[in-house]
This record gives sequence, C-alpha cells and structure tokens, in this order.
Amino acid sequence: MKKKVVSGLLCAVMVASLTAGCGAKNTQTQETTKGSATAETTSKGAEAQKEEPGKEGKVVNIYVWNDEFKARYEDYYASKLPAGYTVNFVTTPSENNAYQNALDEALLNQADAKADDKVDMFLVEADYILKYVNSDSTLDLKEVGITEQDMSKQFDYTKVIAQDTKGAQKGISWQGCPGLYIYRRSIAKEVLGTDDPAEVQKAINDWDTFDKTAAKMKDKGFYMVSGFDDSYRTFSNNVSGPWVNGDKVVIDPKIEKWIEQTKNYTDKGYNQKTVLWAAEWASGQGPDSKVFGYFMPAWGVDFVMAKNSLAKAVADGGKQEVGNGTFGDWAATTGPESYNWGGTWLCAASGTDNADIVADIMKTICTDDATMKKIVEEKNDFANNKTVMQALAKSDYKSQFLGGQNPLQMFYDAAEKIDMSKISPYDQGLNESIQTAMHDYFNGTVDKDTAMKNFYTSIKEKYPELKTE
Amino acid sequence: MVKEKKAKTRKKVSYAKWGYIFLIPFFATYTIFSLIPLISTFYNSLFENYRSGLTQIGPNFVGLQNYISIFQSDLLKYFGNTMILWIIGFVPQIIVSLILAVWFADFRMRLKGSTFFKTIIYMPNVIMAASFAMLIFALFSDDGPMNNLLIKAGLSDGPIRFLATVWGTRGLIGLMNFMMWFGNTTILLMAAIMGVDASLFEAASIDGAKSFQIFTKVTMPIIRPIFIYVLVTSMIGGLQMFDVPQVLTNAKGTPDRTSMTLIMFLNNHLYSKNYGMAGALSVILFFITAVLSMFVFIMLTSSGNKKGGRN
Repeated sequence: MKKKVVSGLLCAVMVASLTAGCGAKNTQTQETTKGSATAETTSKGAEAQKEEPGKEGKVVNIYVWNDEFKARYEDYYASKLPAGYTVNFVTTPSENNAYQNALDEALLNQADAKADDKVDMFLVEADYILKYVNSDSTLDLKEVGITEQDMSKQFDYTKVIAQDTKGAQKGISWQGCPGLYIYRRSIAKEVLGTDDPAEVQKAINDWDTFDKTAAKMKDKGFYMVSGFDDSYRTFSNNVSGPWVNGDKVVIDPKIEKWIEQTKNYTDKGYNQKTVLWAAEWASGQGPDSKVFGYFMPAWGVDFVMAKNSLAKAVADGGKQEVGNGTFGDWAATTGPESYNWGGTWLCAASGTDNADIVADIMKTICTDDATMKKIVEEKNDFANNKTVMQALAKSDYKSQFLGGQNPLQMFYDAAEKIDMSKISPYDQGLNESIQTAMHDYFNGTVDKDTAMKNFYTSIKEKYPELKTE
Repeated sequence: MVKEKKAKTRKKVSYAKWGYIFLIPFFATYTIFSLIPLISTFYNSLFENYRSGLTQIGPNFVGLQNYISIFQSDLLKYFGNTMILWIIGFVPQIIVSLILAVWFADFRMRLKGSTFFKTIIYMPNVIMAASFAMLIFALFSDDGPMNNLLIKAGLSDGPIRFLATVWGTRGLIGLMNFMMWFGNTTILLMAAIMGVDASLFEAASIDGAKSFQIFTKVTMPIIRPIFIYVLVTSMIGGLQMFDVPQVLTNAKGTPDRTSMTLIMFLNNHLYSKNYGMAGALSVILFFITAVLSMFVFIMLTSSGNKKGGRN
C-alpha cells in the first residue's frame, strides 16, 4: 500500500514538475522573442557601463522601436554630445505592443533604477502617445527648458497631440507625417498615358475614380495597391470619433468602408494580398514589381521606400541613385483623401538624470532651422517647421527618389489639414488587431462576423478593461 | 511469542527508512520550486490583477470570476488546436521513429554508419525552435524559395499561400515538430529495443515469425514502459506547444486563430500583465495535463497487466 502511495505521489510530482518546468520555459521564450532586437543594444549598454565604473549619470538611455531616430541622432547631434557621455539606444520592435510593454516596465522601475539605467528619453507614436502624455512618466517640456517660443514654427497638430488634459506640453516632434499616394511613373505612363502628378491626381481624385483606375491597372496586369493594409490609414485617420468611447470599442463607418473596399479589391485581384511590412510587401517597391503605388507619409518615402526600391542594396555596394532599381521612378500626388500616418514624438522621462542633454537633443533636432533644413534636403523627411518647409516648397528642392519632383507643397497642404483629435490611447493595439483579424476575411478563410469576433477576442486579451458590445 | 517475532521482522525492514531519507532532497526542491509556485499561481488566479496603460488595476479578490470568463472564452477551441497540432506532428513522428529504431537495432540488417545517421536525425532538435520557425516561415512565404521552386517546376501556376490557409499553417507546424522530435524519440526507442534479449528475437524467427509479427508480438510488449514514457512526455510537451506556432504566425495564431495553442493564449494574457486570467488558465492547464497523463498511463499499464496475466 505504502509503495503504491509513494509511486502515485511520484507520478503526480513528475507531471507537476514537467508542467512547472515548461511553464518557466515559456516565459523565457517570451522574453527572448520580446527582446530579440534589444539584445545587441542592451549588451552595448552594459559594455559602456563597464568602461566607466563609478561615474554616474554619463549614460543617456533612449528607448526606441527602430533605427529612424537613431539615424537622425547620429547625423545631426552625435558630434555635439559632451565628452564623457554615451548615448545608449534600447530598441524593442513595436509590433504587438512589445515596445510599449518594455517601455512601461522600464518606466515603472524608473525610481529604483541606477542613474545609468534610468530612461532619459523615449519615443512614442501617435497611436499611443496619449497614454504617456497623460501619465506622470513624462516631464513637462517647460521644466527641461523648451519654451513655446521654441516650438512656435511647428505644425499645430503636432503640438496639440502631445499636450496633457491640463495643456502641458509633454512631447515634441521633428517631423510631420502627412500622407500622399506615391506611384510609379513608368506604370502611370503605360496605363494612364502620363506620369504628371496633376494628371494622375485626376485619375485618383476620390474613391470612385480610384476604383476605376484600379480596374484599368488590373487589365494591364498591375496592382493598384500592394495588399490589405495599404489604404487603412486613409480611412482610420478620417474617422468621425475615436476607437474607444468611454470604455466601449466603436467601429467607425470609415473602418467598415476600409473592410468593404479591401475585400472588394482582394476578390477582384486589385492587390497582391500582401501584409504590411512583410517581405512581399517591401519587394513590391523594388524592381520587377507590378504594384502601382503606395499610401505613404514623408518618412515612408525616405525611410522605407527609398531602401526597398534599390536593385542593389546599399549594403551590397549599391547607391541610392536614379537607375538603381526603381529609385527615381516614383512621384507623389495627394490621392483620394488627406491623412496622417504615424509620427514620432520625443518625450523626456520623469526622473531622468540627463535632462540637459535630453533638452539639447530635442532643441537641435526639433526646433533648429538649420538642422531641420538639412534633414529635409539630405533625408527627404518632412520637417515639423513651417518656416523651413514653406521656404523649401518654393525653392528648387528636388527629390531624387521622386524623379526630381518637389512634393513639399503637397505635404505642406496635407499637414495643415490634419486633425488628430480622434485618437485614443489604445489605437496601436486596436489598429493591429483589426488588421490581423480582417486578413482572414480578405483571404476568404472566414466570414466577416467571425473575423469581427476574432477582433473582439484579441482586444479583450490586449486591453481587459475595454468593453466590446 | 508470535508478537515478538513480528516485532523483530519489523525492525529488520526499517532499512527502508534510508530510501525515504534519500528522497528528501527531491521533495524539498520540488516543494520550493514547484509546489509553492503552483499554489501561489492558484492563489493569484482568484484576483483581478492587470495593468491598464501605466496604471495597475487590482489585485482585487474576485473569486472564481477569472475561471468563468476563461470558460466563456474559446478555451475549448484552443485546446482542440493544441491537440490537433500535436497529433499532426506526433503520428508521423512515432511511426518513423519506431521504424528507424527497429532498423538501427536490428543485428541482421547490419546498417552501416548508424552512428552518423543517429547524429543527423537528432540535429534538428539542436536548433532553437524560434530560428527553425523563422527559417520555415521564410522558406514557405508567398514569395519564398519553396514557391519559386514549385512554380519553376511547373507544379503550380501561382504562389501557394501556405500560411494563409488553416491546414497549410497547421501542416507546417506539425512538420516542424515532427522534424525536431523524431530523432530524440528514435534514440529513446532504440535504447529500449537494444535492451531486449536478442535470444527472444532469434527464438521467434526460428518459430517462423515474420518480422512484422516479431515487432508486434515481441518488441512492442517488451518496450511498452518506454513507449508509455515517450507518449506521456510527448503529450505533455504537445499540450505546452508554444515557440513554433508563436514564431511562425507572429504570435497571432492565424488564420482565424486556428493555430493558437493554449500556451499562446496564456501568453496573450501575460502580455497585458493580466496575472489573474493567466493564473486561472495555468491552473486549468495543469489539471488538463494531469488528467490526460493519468488517463494514458492507467490505460496502457492496466491493459498490459491483463495481457501478461492471460499469457
């Protein structure tokens, strides 16, 4: 009997320990997937700390989700950094709220962290900026010495979006993100008979003409858009109310329209069924592509398309120049609707020990006319500076990537129209979830009701406090 | 008189206490590292405890509310997904492993370079599951090498969108699990078969048994304990399947959440720091695992006893 009891106990224990053991393994894997991209930078940070033991507060930690700001920093500020300081970029990819989760974790531990480990500055996107702006984790920029005067030339929406409910300025941006429709000149010539932006605009002036042009593209073997998510922002940025009303999720008619249009385009073969940021989506901007155009803001042209367009990548010795892949075969036009996509704001973290440097970085990159002019001229970004942009729009500025076109007036006009009052702190999670859920519907795997149900399930997991029905 | 004798024998048996003493370290570590976390998980599952943005909500005691909401969600669907994904991988795995193990252990076949092959089939298990999944993701993407190959060979007109279909995705997950684990299983089963007295095989073949009969009547009954071990561990591993589908579907369990396993579901809750729900799910998972394992264990051992009794 005893034997049986003991062996039974051992069995139970074996099962339990296996469960427990593997449970631990999961969290580990989760950590690794979460932090896969972080590894490099954090280890660099660790090295930097080892190099200067004892000295405190010489490391400026900046939390980012990609290399965009890092590149701006390297090109326009790194040389001004006072001697003895190091800037450490902590990178976590933003997908699936991973960046926000990593950032939250760091901000909540801010008080206990060592001076060299404290978050000094972090970047946020429009999709979730409200969450941080309305928290105690961000400093009022006045406290670090950035005045309204400094920001007077900026576009209004970029300032309003980063103010908390009491009107304190909590974030600052160097870029405006008005979006345009960026199309291939050669395809426009072949199908529409012209590559002149004004003429092409007539063919895509509203959604009805856009549909008609899409049909023409299909007849000639081209795709109007690359995939499912391409037109999403043109709809989601023109909604009539925010995603979340109180604690209830609202599906706006504009979102419904996106679902309807994309399903229609997919069934008719107007798109290539790609998913945003996927390899197939990116290769649609390169040589041998059949995709007519992409909805893109200025950062998308510079940071995404210019890289993807090359036949021979920069890493392989290629250059960003006309003739390499589709570089130079593009042009910009307003498209059916003005919209804003993304945008990066810099926030100073509460408890930072390097406030001066943080403020100086912000001032240099986000308010200094000369620096901002250079960013536009060298990087084709759209600077958040009305004076500079107006001057450049009238100048002989040419975008090599856009075949010598000066798109700045178009961007400028679109930027003036942007209304960011319909955002909610939950936008990133909700935008991602609805896109993922609807992909199944577009692919024909499920019907629309099931896709909607999957969307609700997914947001329940991401945001337990939200109500869905 | 009789009583005295009994007392004496008892004293002699008391050597058994050393057995219990040697078991203490195991039970001590088990209590600290498994039992206490287990109980605290159960305790945590009774609270509403998550983070909304940068604000912590709870912990508020809510009783069994978390369990109720989990059973109201798609728990059964994810359980079904998990079992299906496990079975797709396990069936080919156990068949191939048994065949290979029998071949490798067969003296008459005298396979050359069996060590080499044993190493090769074990190799996929050495690769990290995440990298393996990334590799398969790239290979089978719409514009990937697999599709190029199929189109160039004229087997398909356009790209096959493996990861957009339910069975394409599930099949790839099964394939990966199969490739990662059949080497391990082969080695376990081979060790079991090698342990069988060779004279039994000889006797069977002298009696005129064919190799399939030898396999079913001699090999299988003898290696049953190891076979049960393989089955139970694989099932527990299968129930906890996570990394392969997680990486392959980018944590989304697409399409239509049909490749969302129980642990991925758990991970989704942990992602929003929802410790209450995650705790409740862990407890449910523990009971599922325990019940299934017991079921398999009792089924296989008891039927074995009966057979042994009859023969």
